Amino acid sequence: MSYIQVKGAMTAITYSTSDVPSPPLSARLSTPQVWGIVMLAPYLLVFLAFVVYPIGYGLWLARHPASYVALYNDPVFARAVVNTLIFLIIGINVKMLIALFLSGFFVQSRTWIRSLSVLFILPWAVPSIPTILSVRFMFNPEWGVINNLIFKFTGEDGPNWLNNPAMGLTLAIMVHIWKSLPFWTLILMTGRLAISNDMFEAADVDGASWWQKFRFITWPSMQTLYLTCTLLSMIWTLGDFNSVYLLTGGGPADLTHVLSTLGIRYLRLDQLDLAMASIVCAMPLVLPLVYFMMKRLSR
Amino acid sequence: MRVPTLREVGTEARLLLIGIPVLIWTLIPIYHMFLFAISPKQDAFAGKLWPDHPTLNNFRIVFNQQHYFLRDFWAQFGNSVVIAVAVGALTLVIATSAAFAISRLRVRGGRTVMNLALFTYFIPAAFLAVPMYRTMGNYGLLNNHWSLILAMVTIASPYAIWVLKQASDKLPLELDEAAIMDGATPLQLFRMVYVPLMLPSLVAIGTYALLLAWNEYLYAFLLLSKDTEITLPVALGNFLAADDSPWELLMTTGFIYALPPAAVYYAFRRYMVGGLTAGAVKS
Repeated sequence: MSYIQVKGAMTAITYSTSDVPSPPLSARLSTPQVWGIVMLAPYLLVFLAFVVYPIGYGLWLARHPASYVALYNDPVFARAVVNTLIFLIIGINVKMLIALFLSGFFVQSRTWIRSLSVLFILPWAVPSIPTILSVRFMFNPEWGVINNLIFKFTGEDGPNWLNNPAMGLTLAIMVHIWKSLPFWTLILMTGRLAISNDMFEAADVDGASWWQKFRFITWPSMQTLYLTCTLLSMIWTLGDFNSVYLLTGGGPADLTHVLSTLGIRYLRLDQLDLAMASIVCAMPLVLPLVYFMMKRLSR
Repeated sequence: MRVPTLREVGTEARLLLIGIPVLIWTLIPIYHMFLFAISPKQDAFAGKLWPDHPTLNNFRIVFNQQHYFLRDFWAQFGNSVVIAVAVGALTLVIATSAAFAISRLRVRGGRTVMNLALFTYFIPAAFLAVPMYRTMGNYGLLNNHWSLILAMVTIASPYAIWVLKQASDKLPLELDEAAIMDGATPLQLFRMVYVPLMLPSLVAIGTYALLLAWNEYLYAFLLLSKDTEITLPVALGNFLAADDSPWELLMTTGFIYALPPAAVYYAFRRYMVGGLTAGAVKS
């Protein structure tokens, strides 16, 4: 470090004492600009080959109006749209409200709560495939642990959980919440920790209730973060393929598909144009969210 | 020792009333998996909280590939490792140089590239999967590890560039100026000033890309299909295709597969939680 500093100072002195005019602006700028383009090139190549080309090719495949008519007439598509909306509205709100509540729990300073928070992020830290399969086995009607317990205590056979579309979708939403709850709780915790403690102390002096403290101190300083989290969570929930596909596989009778699994279903049925058309149909839901998030991040 | 007041006991009890359900909810699927992994076949289905005869026999069967479903276990494990490491390394190279070009060299159009990258980051990968699959087919890369590596680099790079750009914007410009005064070329600036200073962020981003690739199921299952070429998660998914699949072995394999990312995650917890994730929703 010191070597660089000394050398830098010497160069600076040389420059300031000599009367040599500095090189023209273009010559000084061009080298970094050229290097900049060279260093940006790998990503640009990846972007052109694996983002621009696939999107362009996909849109080209989805160009026929007939695909959209076929899609409109396919009951599986209508069902998937409804399922997606249910998944989004229930999944996100339940998840974010619990995360908001738990973030208040985890900021309490207790040793055991800190240890619990270490275990609490496990669902986020482990890959989703084995844990989703584990849940799938738990709910197996014949050998699963849930129905075994039901049989043990009541002497009756439990329901065929995943063979019921409403139950299957509910369980997929629960798996999704299980997986992503730790992440959002952590994010909301950082929001809570950023609030100055003085305000809570002042409120305590004034005898404010728990609800008043939340309503007038916590919530006003967290509502922007909460909204951003909800929107980002919406994008990620829209793209949650694993929770549905690995738990129910879209079944029974294709009644639990969501938009993110529908494309793969059509691909497997060799209906490529329908696969692409279904993805294009999801864009009115995705693009406004993407636009909003980009606005937020590039500020 | 001070005797706690009734009020304090009440608060503690209420906290426990939240904490215990949270603990049970969090651990059930993982514990269920672990229980299967250490149970002999006949015990696994009995619905007990702890097996009568816990055993490591399942792990022995998996490691020795002594089952029809497991005959390529080590090859698949190796595929997962190779692909994850390649994605981590490639993403690092591509994202670091792009972030350097945008943030330090202020290359013209850098901001546009950053926005395009962010756009890619926010489009859910599940919606890009079908066109990506066709694209790889057109390029003749299907069933080749490169298809998955390149697809995952495409998915991992945008966020990597964004995080690295944020981090490099914080480095003082005087450093670059001093180096340029000394006659450093942009490449020397990159190698001798930029990379050493960015090392913590680079470690975090490399880990991020590595885990993303290790955990990926959808792209892996679309792009690779030969039993000896697939990654572990795809192999786990294939277990489901058969009715008579051996659950205890599937759960054991899943447990082995889940261990490395969990270990890495906990080792880098500070980066992952503090630096990486919070950046996504910074208000």
